[in-house]
Amino acid sequence: MQRIDIFPTHEYKGFKLRAGRPYPFGATVIGNAVNFSIYSRYATGCTLVLFRNHAKEPFVEIPFRKEFKLGNVYSMMVFDLDFEDIEYGYRMDGPYDPAQGHRFDKTKILLDPYAKLIAGRDVWGTPPDWNSIFQYRSRIVYDDFDWEDDLPLEIPIEDVVIYEMHVRNFTCHESSGVKHRGTFAGIMEKIPYLKDLGVNCIELMPIHEFDEFENSRLSPVTGEPLYNVWGYSNVGFFAPKAAYAATGCFGMQVDELKNLIKQLHANGMEVMLDVVFNHTAEGNENGPYISYRGIDNKTYYMLTPDGYYFNFSGCGNTLNCNNPNVRDMIVESLRYWVTDYHVDGFRFDLAAILGRDQNGCPMSNPPLLESLAHDPILGKTKLIAEAWDAGGLYQVGSFPSWGRWAEWNGKYRDAIRRFLKGDERVLADVKERIAGSPDLYASQNRGIKASVNFITAHDGFTMMDLVSYNGKHNEANGENNRDGEDNNNSWNCGWEGETSDPGINFLRHKQIKNAMTLLMVSQGVPMILSGDEMGNTQFGNNNAYCQDNEIGWLNWNNLEKNSDIHRFYKQMIAFRKAHSVLRFEYHLGYSDYLNTGYPDISWHGVKAWDPSSGYNNLTAAFMLNGQYAKCGNATDDFIYVAMNMHWEMHGFELPVLPEGKHWYVFSNTDAPAPLDICEPGSEPIIENQHEILVGPRSIMVLVGK
Amino acid sequence: MVKEMSVHKIGATLDASTSNREQEALVALMDKGKDVAIDLSGCDYVSSAGLRVLLYSYKLARSKGLQLYLIGVHEEVREVMRMTGFEKFFAYYDTVEDCTLCS
Repeated sequence: MQRIDIFPTHEYKGFKLRAGRPYPFGATVIGNAVNFSIYSRYATGCTLVLFRNHAKEPFVEIPFRKEFKLGNVYSMMVFDLDFEDIEYGYRMDGPYDPAQGHRFDKTKILLDPYAKLIAGRDVWGTPPDWNSIFQYRSRIVYDDFDWEDDLPLEIPIEDVVIYEMHVRNFTCHESSGVKHRGTFAGIMEKIPYLKDLGVNCIELMPIHEFDEFENSRLSPVTGEPLYNVWGYSNVGFFAPKAAYAATGCFGMQVDELKNLIKQLHANGMEVMLDVVFNHTAEGNENGPYISYRGIDNKTYYMLTPDGYYFNFSGCGNTLNCNNPNVRDMIVESLRYWVTDYHVDGFRFDLAAILGRDQNGCPMSNPPLLESLAHDPILGKTKLIAEAWDAGGLYQVGSFPSWGRWAEWNGKYRDAIRRFLKGDERVLADVKERIAGSPDLYASQNRGIKASVNFITAHDGFTMMDLVSYNGKHNEANGENNRDGEDNNNSWNCGWEGETSDPGINFLRHKQIKNAMTLLMVSQGVPMILSGDEMGNTQFGNNNAYCQDNEIGWLNWNNLEKNSDIHRFYKQMIAFRKAHSVLRFEYHLGYSDYLNTGYPDISWHGVKAWDPSSGYNNLTAAFMLNGQYAKCGNATDDFIYVAMNMHWEMHGFELPVLPEGKHWYVFSNTDAPAPLDICEPGSEPIIENQHEILVGPRSIMVLVGK
Repeated sequence: MVKEMSVHKIGATLDASTSNREQEALVALMDKGKDVAIDLSGCDYVSSAGLRVLLYSYKLARSKGLQLYLIGVHEEVREVMRMTGFEKFFAYYDTVEDCTLCS
């Protein structure tokens, strides 16, 4: 049966046309036509501009006829186009009146906000033609892909171990040994490595199309170019970064990324995207016309009463997230990544902005966040907020959640870092963090699963640098070391930077193992920073967003150099996966409500059952009762963790186990490798069942079975 | 044993500008009920649309109980197929002779 509405009705300069379908927005192949549809509330006219691939000049510009506009949507079908050899954009006519919020300029050719493929920055670091009249070019994609039986994995969030990765930095160094360095295909080659490490969720730093040349300049230290490597600056919300695909030069980034996600899923790993819906790459009133400001400035941006750009993102502009049309765009973008790319979850950069109204004021029930929490397609999608913004809104523990949103727990990072370096004023806070931050998340039915625990992330020091530097060293970023976080809660263990001192290096490795131990035995969703497992250093740079070189790239030679750290990470992840008592969904009762003889969690000091006993808030222990695993529906072992952050050794009296059970030691960060940790299940029994000696600045993990 | 099959040779490029024509030719061959060997030895570029012609043909062949073989795929094309997830569906042979002789 053929449709009767697929015949052209008009002709313009030899191109056959008819009125298009307003929905969906963007460019869609329908039979032998392409349907172009774009929304603008305030434009007075619109012209479709068509280029051949890479052409300097368009081959035709087709104005939308009056009868091709419905409501505020321009839509038109153009017949017989070779859709693989088309780059398209729009010219929008309308008022230029910044005070009223309008910045229309029909001399500019604009990217389609709904473009699913964007050309112009196809191969990383290849300088564009700066004189080109059209820099970021929308292209048309055929949306099919053979997923076979693949779907998002829907692993319960409390069972997930997140690995935060940058696509390019992960394999760009030649030591990675992959064929296509710095690409999705490169990650694919490292799947066996990731699987062996044991992580089961890969969080990709922004992979939406961005421009690595934005703000590019030369390094004052090396004279090499500095790029926007991290990409927290969206050009488009529907298109993957072409230069992250080895096949980007052929325009095949969509298939390459989908194939990567399919392969990761087949190996038991979810994929989470770090998404940046708080601003765009267009900057403030001095920035370029890429798309949004020329298509409908007043719709897409939060504007001051006199028409300037609010800057809650710290990047020049703020996306007008709670404008109903922008809200729709965000929802459609997220749905698209879930339905067409099978993405498992999202981490929202500066998510507090998503809860501001069109004047910038925080709302108590932000409609965008509510829509996302209740969206049918995103119904099982993991939603994680970076619950603060650059405008001073800090919502850790209070992000509007509807029981659906988790948060990056910045307070976890701060408390654990301070404890590790021997801060005597933080133990009470640490006890909350280890138990899944009930002080923050026990309300609103949020539970432990709302807390994404991390000690390091892309912002700030790597784990190795956290124990090697007291202060940041960002000179190479070209801002006289003014950029980047000043309050790092780091400690260099006695020497600033790399050293050959074996004592200092042993202590650094021990501190890293202490950190990893705490992260894996804490209730909540652990996240590790890619490279930490091999002791990756950024040489003290705690804001390496522009370092496309040895500073930012993972050096895989460190795997051998720091093999003890890698082994420790791997076994610690395996331990967490082996013990469901470490992975509660909701908060603990601190009582024995199932009458097992022991509470679900109990705190101890150097004396059993006496949490007040010990040295100056630097010693503490806790015990988890395996009979409470999965709310009593699973049976696990007892787990006892003794933490000594004092610089002297301390004896810890062990709680008495039920008749017939004994204490075994899983890990002891004070012991040199390979005695520091073992494979879960092969723990040696402890001779003295009444007391253990925990070395200076050390953590021991015991299993009672 | 020597296999009976139709051989279809693809031109220098397989992309959206040639995909309709090639697809129709392949469908016509399969309509005759014979296995098909697609000879790509003269083709040095297969675009996204071209990969879809190959995969569509594979799925059509499967639905008809026929075999589909790829002949002489250039290494660069094969590498793109590997990265984009299209490689695994096909059986590959260097030449038409290899393909007809292997059972």
